[in-house]
Amino acid sequence: MPDLPPPRAPLVRETFLVRGVVQGVGFRPFVYRIACREGLVGFVRNDGAGVTIEVEGLPAALDRFAAALRAETPPLARVHGVERAPQPPRGDEDAFRIVASATGGGRDTLISADIATCADCLRELHDPGDRRYRYPFLNCTNCGPRFTIIADLPYDRPNTTMRGFPMCPDCRAEYEDPLDRRFHAQPTACPACGPRLRALLPDGSRSAESGDPAGVGDPVGIALACLRGGGIVALKGLGGYHLACDAASETAVARLRERKRRDEKPFAVMARDVDAIRAFAAVEEREAALLASRERPIVLVRKRAPFPLADGVAPRNGWIGALLPYTPLHDLLVGEGGVGGPLVMTSGNLSDEPIVHDDAVAVRALGPIADILLVHDRPIHVRADDSVARVVGGVPRHLRRSRGYVPAPVFLARAGARSVLGVGAELKGAICLTRDDQAFPGQHLGDLKYAETMDFFEESVAHLQAVLGVCPSLVVHDAHPDYLSTRWALERAGLPTLAVQHHHAHVLSCLAENGHDGPAVGLALDGTGWGPDGTTWGGEVLVVDGLSMRRVAGAKPLPMPGGDRVTDEPWRMAVAALADAFGGPALDGLADVPPLRDAPAQTLRGVRALLAGPMAPRLPRSSGLGRLFDAVAALAGVRQVVRYEGQAPLELEAAAGDADLDVARPYPWQTLPDDDRQVIDFAPAIRAIVDDVRAGRSAGDVSARFHRTIVDAFAAAAEQAARAAGLDAVALTGGVFQNHLVMTGLVRRLESAGLRPLTHAQVPANDGGISLGQAWAGILALGERGARES
Amino acid sequence: MKQTSIQLGHGSGGQWTHDLVREVFLRHFDNEWLRPLGDAAHLPALGGRLAMTTDSFVVSPLFFPGGDIGSLAVNGTVNDLAVGGALPRYLTCGVILEEGLALDDLERAIASMAAAAVAAGVVIVAGDTKVVERGHGDGIFINTAGLGVLREDWPPVRTPQPGDAVLVSGTVGDHGAVVLSSRSGVELSSDLRSDCASVFGLVEALFTAGVTPLFLRDPTRGGLAGVLGELADDAQLEVRLEESALPVRAEVAGVCDVLGVDPLHLANEGKVVAVVPGDQAQRALAVWRARADGAEAALLGDLGAGRPGRVTVRTRYGGARILDRPVAEPLPRIC
Repeated sequence: MPDLPPPRAPLVRETFLVRGVVQGVGFRPFVYRIACREGLVGFVRNDGAGVTIEVEGLPAALDRFAAALRAETPPLARVHGVERAPQPPRGDEDAFRIVASATGGGRDTLISADIATCADCLRELHDPGDRRYRYPFLNCTNCGPRFTIIADLPYDRPNTTMRGFPMCPDCRAEYEDPLDRRFHAQPTACPACGPRLRALLPDGSRSAESGDPAGVGDPVGIALACLRGGGIVALKGLGGYHLACDAASETAVARLRERKRRDEKPFAVMARDVDAIRAFAAVEEREAALLASRERPIVLVRKRAPFPLADGVAPRNGWIGALLPYTPLHDLLVGEGGVGGPLVMTSGNLSDEPIVHDDAVAVRALGPIADILLVHDRPIHVRADDSVARVVGGVPRHLRRSRGYVPAPVFLARAGARSVLGVGAELKGAICLTRDDQAFPGQHLGDLKYAETMDFFEESVAHLQAVLGVCPSLVVHDAHPDYLSTRWALERAGLPTLAVQHHHAHVLSCLAENGHDGPAVGLALDGTGWGPDGTTWGGEVLVVDGLSMRRVAGAKPLPMPGGDRVTDEPWRMAVAALADAFGGPALDGLADVPPLRDAPAQTLRGVRALLAGPMAPRLPRSSGLGRLFDAVAALAGVRQVVRYEGQAPLELEAAAGDADLDVARPYPWQTLPDDDRQVIDFAPAIRAIVDDVRAGRSAGDVSARFHRTIVDAFAAAAEQAARAAGLDAVALTGGVFQNHLVMTGLVRRLESAGLRPLTHAQVPANDGGISLGQAWAGILALGERGARES
Repeated sequence: MKQTSIQLGHGSGGQWTHDLVREVFLRHFDNEWLRPLGDAAHLPALGGRLAMTTDSFVVSPLFFPGGDIGSLAVNGTVNDLAVGGALPRYLTCGVILEEGLALDDLERAIASMAAAAVAAGVVIVAGDTKVVERGHGDGIFINTAGLGVLREDWPPVRTPQPGDAVLVSGTVGDHGAVVLSSRSGVELSSDLRSDCASVFGLVEALFTAGVTPLFLRDPTRGGLAGVLGELADDAQLEVRLEESALPVRAEVAGVCDVLGVDPLHLANEGKVVAVVPGDQAQRALAVWRARADGAEAALLGDLGAGRPGRVTVRTRYGGARILDRPVAEPLPRIC
């Protein structure tokens, strides 16, 4: 009688289909490890849908495997869904294998954003015994460049800017070892085979190269010497060039400002770790976590007083943008053995133009600014500026969403029948492309009115399409006829188009990222956006239901004497607000009020003539709250002329400090019924502010009272709109919601009124988030997936 | 005529009309072709190909420093012929008058028209007068049609290409700034004057000097930005301007600053924009600068193949902004 095998549980087999960011992030080796650990056989492979796994073994082992798949995912992976299905056992496998890609990566895969150097790589960087000791381009499947070096799908080395660097045998061995951290790490490199750093003189001639047998010097050493001597270094980073100098040196910072022609706009500062940042700024726990996150954004934190760094870093500003090193090169500069203190780290560009990423352009554009250029031969395929974030109300909020976050998707409430491209607004350009139920906001572009930025816009459109593997069938643009993004959509895109009004798109953006697929009240508070009634909007209470929008209340429009010029000269809006509140002739009696006292006499005469003259009824009028903030900043004596966009409202907010709005008394305002909406008139507030200013009240007091007024007025308007429409969701959107006092004040007031405020956390509340709302509008316009044409 | 202002009867076709035509229009325009006051002017044969154009003029205020609606109505049409490669010869004059217009104002405008015609070397050979009720016009509307003889060497043998140079014959925005200034009540300087004049001499001077213009336009409505935009679109090239080369009078810049408008969007009524082969740029500039009406001519930039259809302005700091070309009135856009 033959021996029978001992009785045991029958083998089972299952497939796991894993969707999300699961390629190029070490996911297959991770699956390999847990499958081997649980004694399973089968295989894992990348395919068009993500990662497909088949495992066979004991049922309990399969369950443990499934749990580990969820719980132990590699740091860069983002699992969006796992589908399990039983299969008949095969019984003919002896091991678990990683098999070749079925399709080499298809249209449903997601590529990773660029990620800060991981702890393992940092350890190697500083380990004298490691073959990558002090090698500025080391990376692995858990970190390093991605989005900015990938030209096309599938994500394989030949489709990245690493194509020119054949792997040496050591790197190749790591790359092919499923248990190595660098298994299929496409950008992996070492000093023997990878990119090299070079130090160039400002004229582009070579100063030193890493690994140079002639041994003329170490590029990092040359850069450090330059920085220590108060010099300026242009360094090639992940998404573009930076300009760096000693943040503690007043003369170095002043020289950088002069050469870069950047008067007052704050510079960001990079320091070795959070403790080093705490030496010059107060960092709360959530801010510390955001600083140290692998996305490594610039985080706005409160400056310490006295401020131990150069005052010129962020003059007249209570806040400073801080960030931690995110490439090995940064770490060599500010980390252990580096320059020893924090560095100014600002985009390498001419004021207002996009960040420089091309080496030849760098020498031409940055050579005149820098004393040394620290360059390398790994090309940047597509630019991405540093992201900028601020913790408001305990939640990290994007001010600029770019490197580290792009191309992570925003998940939508439903899938689009076809892909949609939103082209954004103009001043803070950013596009958004959809694929199924995901929207992919592109990187921050800048002011599209610059030719270089418009070129960047076109690059961004082409690149996002390439890496997502989709072509849009609808282009959604702002209703402003002259925005260059509108012109591009209508004249160059060659696709069907849809116009969505600016603030409607703002509200849809907020609803889209909150997965809110229904009607809502929207508070759209920003500077200026084209309105269909011929005025410019920006202080609006809207009721939005998909593609329909009703304007139910909003700030009273004020004339803008000088059109867009008023944004450079807030005193002009103050004069307009005074003329509105007191009547033009009464301005003669207000000559002591700061805007009338400090404005240049001839221009002031012209502006007053304009407001009183025959063209007054035809002046552009704006209900934009940004303009009201400008006016109050000027009235309070905070700022009459700005040197960078948004400076006046920012400084007005800073003047209030951490004022308790519950204590501040609101200024009076009145609500006037118009044809079909409530008009919120702040003229009584303007009169009261003049009284306060004349009574010698501080700018901080005026600012706190004004903020309270805005919160009260719009909370009341939102409540009324919500009650009338039978809604509870209120979307808070527009650049004004970058303001801490307005955001926290309104959220609290709406919540205590039993309403549900929806805020931005995935895209900026400013115009950088508009394209998401446009894209969502496009999806709504195209109908649901069920309508897909075969 | 005993009346001091235009009345509906002046448009009746009766005696008042007859008197108005004789005592105002014919008296100022008098010439052998107009004098018979027939239904059509009989003109002698003109050698060569003809060019014809028409333009209507509405402007508020009617009279402004440096010009008025009369000189504008002549020079506007003369300049369209001139930059169209023609020698301007004959004009017509149709007027629509608003009831209540002061006869003195009419007379002043018509005298100015006559003077401008003499200065431009054209003859007004036919006309028409209509009167509309008060409130249905803006004082005076004028339409002029113009007939000219085309140059044999026009249109040019080739279209503009990369490397060609872009020139303007003088300061930009003068006329628009004058009109905006008086319309808005923002009057900062008494030195502001419209540039209203014939540009035929400027055009002719180029050809005489052996320059071969490839594109000629008078930057009226829409300003320099409008004309260069059309150039960029038509040629499918990038028009690249140097900000530092743009000639703008300080008085114009002052008005533009208060109003928040770009002088490149303001109308000009006596300027020419020319594209010439790159190697003729300096000669063209010298020819213009030698003339009183071209003393402030400037080489603005050149044409490139980089960004077809765009006009870019290289700033003093080396960046390039895209010149705004509003589809209608300039609208605020900052957020």
